[in-house]
Amino acid sequence: MSTQDLTACRTRDAIRRGELSAAEATEASLAAIDRTDAKVRAFLSTVARDARRRAEEVDRRLKAGEMSGLLAGVPVAVKDNMCTADGQPTTCASRILEGWKAPYNAHVVERLLAEGAVIVGKTNLDEFAMGSSTENSGFEATRNPWDLNCVPGGSSGGSAAAVAARMVPVALGSDTGGSIRQPAALCGVVGMKPTYGRVSRYGLVAFASSLDQIGPFGRTVADAALLLQAIAGHDPRDSTSVPEPVPDYLATLEEPLKPLRIGVPKEFFGEGLDGEVERAVREALGVYENLGARLVDVSLPFSTDYAIATYYIVATSEASSNLARYDGVHYGYRSSDHADMIDMYMRTRAEGFGDEVKRRIMLGTYALSAGYYDAYYKKAARVRRLIRQNYEDVFREVDVVMGPTTPTAAFPLGDKTDDPLTMYLCDVYTVSCSLAAIAGISIPCGFTKAGLPVGLQILGNVFSEEKLLRVARMYERETDWAGQVPPVCEGRG
Amino acid sequence: MSASELTPTIGLEVHMHLATRTKLFCGCEVAYDAPPNSRVCPVCLGMPGVLPVMNEKAVELAVRMALALGCTIPDLAKWDRKHYYYPDLPKNYQISEYDQPLGVGGFLEISAEGMTKRIGITRVHLEEDAGKLMHPEGKGNYSVVDLNRTGTPLLEVVSEPDMNSPDEVRAYSTALRQLAVYLGVGHCNMQLGQMRFEPNISLRIGTGPDGNPRYTPITEIKNLNSFRSVERAVAFEIARHREEYEADPKGYTQERLGKQTRGWIDDQEVTFLQRSKEEAHDYRYFPEPDLVPFVPDRAWVDEIRASLPELPEARRRRFIDEYGLPEYDAGVLTADREVADFYETAARLCEDPKAVSNWVMQDVSRVLNERKVGMAGLPLTPEALAELIRLVRAGTINRNTGTEVFNKMLASGKSAVKIVEAEGLAQTSDAGELETIVEKVIADNPGPAEDYRGGKEKALGRLIGEAMKASSGKANPKVVRDIFVRKLRG
Repeated sequence: MSTQDLTACRTRDAIRRGELSAAEATEASLAAIDRTDAKVRAFLSTVARDARRRAEEVDRRLKAGEMSGLLAGVPVAVKDNMCTADGQPTTCASRILEGWKAPYNAHVVERLLAEGAVIVGKTNLDEFAMGSSTENSGFEATRNPWDLNCVPGGSSGGSAAAVAARMVPVALGSDTGGSIRQPAALCGVVGMKPTYGRVSRYGLVAFASSLDQIGPFGRTVADAALLLQAIAGHDPRDSTSVPEPVPDYLATLEEPLKPLRIGVPKEFFGEGLDGEVERAVREALGVYENLGARLVDVSLPFSTDYAIATYYIVATSEASSNLARYDGVHYGYRSSDHADMIDMYMRTRAEGFGDEVKRRIMLGTYALSAGYYDAYYKKAARVRRLIRQNYEDVFREVDVVMGPTTPTAAFPLGDKTDDPLTMYLCDVYTVSCSLAAIAGISIPCGFTKAGLPVGLQILGNVFSEEKLLRVARMYERETDWAGQVPPVCEGRG
Repeated sequence: MSASELTPTIGLEVHMHLATRTKLFCGCEVAYDAPPNSRVCPVCLGMPGVLPVMNEKAVELAVRMALALGCTIPDLAKWDRKHYYYPDLPKNYQISEYDQPLGVGGFLEISAEGMTKRIGITRVHLEEDAGKLMHPEGKGNYSVVDLNRTGTPLLEVVSEPDMNSPDEVRAYSTALRQLAVYLGVGHCNMQLGQMRFEPNISLRIGTGPDGNPRYTPITEIKNLNSFRSVERAVAFEIARHREEYEADPKGYTQERLGKQTRGWIDDQEVTFLQRSKEEAHDYRYFPEPDLVPFVPDRAWVDEIRASLPELPEARRRRFIDEYGLPEYDAGVLTADREVADFYETAARLCEDPKAVSNWVMQDVSRVLNERKVGMAGLPLTPEALAELIRLVRAGTINRNTGTEVFNKMLASGKSAVKIVEAEGLAQTSDAGELETIVEKVIADNPGPAEDYRGGKEKALGRLIGEAMKASSGKANPKVVRDIFVRKLRG
């Protein structure tokens, strides 16, 4: 097994034991990026020189006994909507922020650096995290490492693909309505959306503030746990981050949850669910049954159709407000050709934003307008409370809820770009978790006949990350999906 | 209905900078004289990814003001975003409070035109200020922006439309400023733009066929930044509304024209139309998702309530009742909290509150004005002043010598008793000694002495003056007077 095939946990352990240096791990990651990323296009920017310098510093400090970080020497990729003050741009894959360099580090970036991680690059996304295929990137489309003609999912498609294609062992993504879990499922990796408030949003460029949450990608559950351990916790700079103690996720990871009651919502197995995806998910549920778990039929009546509608009102309303600041006045792109101030605003935004972002700004602006606010935003806020209530009721009966992460496996590039509504339905099983502000994880649970990964979604109540990781690990021990290598890593594809 | 029967109906929105050290959502210093864009950070610049963190001191000051205005502090207040595009507002939305402000339903008592009146307070809320846009003259077609002010905590106090004249508007504005300064809530320095006014004006036309009152359109005048301009702008609008209404009594009504926004040109003293009803902004308010709602702890609110000082109006009335001061004195002494505190401490140490009032309003005020300092800058304690006043009352020194001692106290920091002793300033009431002086004065000034004998009262003053001079100011003028009267007319 070569260095870039090591998990984050193994890389870290090897470095601690002196069998591997941070510099070697970083070189392996940079070499893999060189070899693979021309095909996958997961990265918007890489900083080889800075990464090497950083790795040397980590090695020096490890040798001097000054560092005992959780991620000492581990290469990490960061979605390009998190601010890094290292001189790399933070673009959100938008022309309107092209070349913009943040003057400060996001909280999660500070945490990564404090734990000794080596950030090798910033990954592609749907512009401002709006999309489910990473095709809405203002710069380039990322490919699915399992089939380069297919999308990696989105919006954190770059991070998911970078981990799946073994360019980095772990990466950070952000999830607003499924933007970590959906690409994790489509790329065959583990991706977790923590409880809203578990990880500070300070420095995460806002899409929908009441939904956005940063979370980890890894090839294994343990790697996701490790990365979450590094970034979770209260941050006074984010008033919505919660001062709840952070458990030691890795300490309990190997302890199975017994007894385990699994809620299986009928709404997650309805119309639109692909047969192959359903079969893989049902087989996974069978594995849990064999492990002694009890499956319980539950109902989440508001959590699919209503959730999608609610999500696209709440998220677009907040987006229309959050994206108002990109006006060409203070930073970022400014149209060079304008008659006056209003014209400058309009041209800057018309030229700087892509179609999907404009669509969502218009939807959100409409939903918040005088005379429509009560019918849309206010009603959506009420439905949101019902969805939350739904989950609270269900979690009184069961420990976790399981179902497919996505209705289908990865689809070909261009397949849904002309039909936004079909694209929105990619998130049909993931948005309710975001609206309810609870925790969710997607883990690999098989492949379609075409060789595309399928994801199992496991949802838990607020601050149930430890439980979700243990439950996910129970299944992972019984299977070897994480050991599968995508064709692109073997020079095929 | 004739124009003379139209009743002005005026409400006021007042914005005040709170006296916090730092901005509302970040740690940047609130500064008024710093170089442009030197008190800024990613948060107040509205950079991508930043989040606001509420300044707890600002919330406390806002609650303090709301309580002093008799407002109810609701169980939950929330923050909202108000959207409009302008280059001095980097996020293109202002964090404010829309439908659930932190204070509701209070009042402020004012005195205008010899009457006291309660002006209702609709609400008190907290929001952030914007930056300053400047247009360099003669430097081409562009503007520059200074974002030092961006994010400065701003308290908005909205009154009910309970005022009926420019005088009342002025009285309300000054009372509100006095209250804010008294409470330490704001400095309200007009020159620094720490207090700004937006009056709403309409005239009540009478009663419509449905029995409800009818009004001329509401005019809101934006951004007035002095008592003078708010008073004059209101007067101008009242006159303008009368003219418009007289010219078109059917058309110039609120039902037809709604509300319009006007600006004020200070040097021309006229208003001009900025926006009519059709152009009204849609601010697309919605709850600020980056901040948690404000759920005040009741014990904390009670603590703030208990810590409120006696408010100026109540104190003014108490000074009249307790110290028997004239209305005028009570008003002057309570206008400034430090002056009132000083007065009260001194007055309690003397038998004569009116004398203390005279000393504070004359000698102390003169020094404060000369030195351009507040009470804190006066090198004199109220206890020291009280001691001086007691010496005058006891007849140890006369009033004029008192002023001399007062000045020496300020210069040396010594007590009145020490100065009087050291310099031998105690006045002489020894009849024998004074008798000698009086006889000498009569002998040296035969003219005035004759005049007084002949009935000219004025001449006595001259003689007493000479006697005081001869005694180096130490003679007790009352005793001297008695001796003259006895000797010349007795």
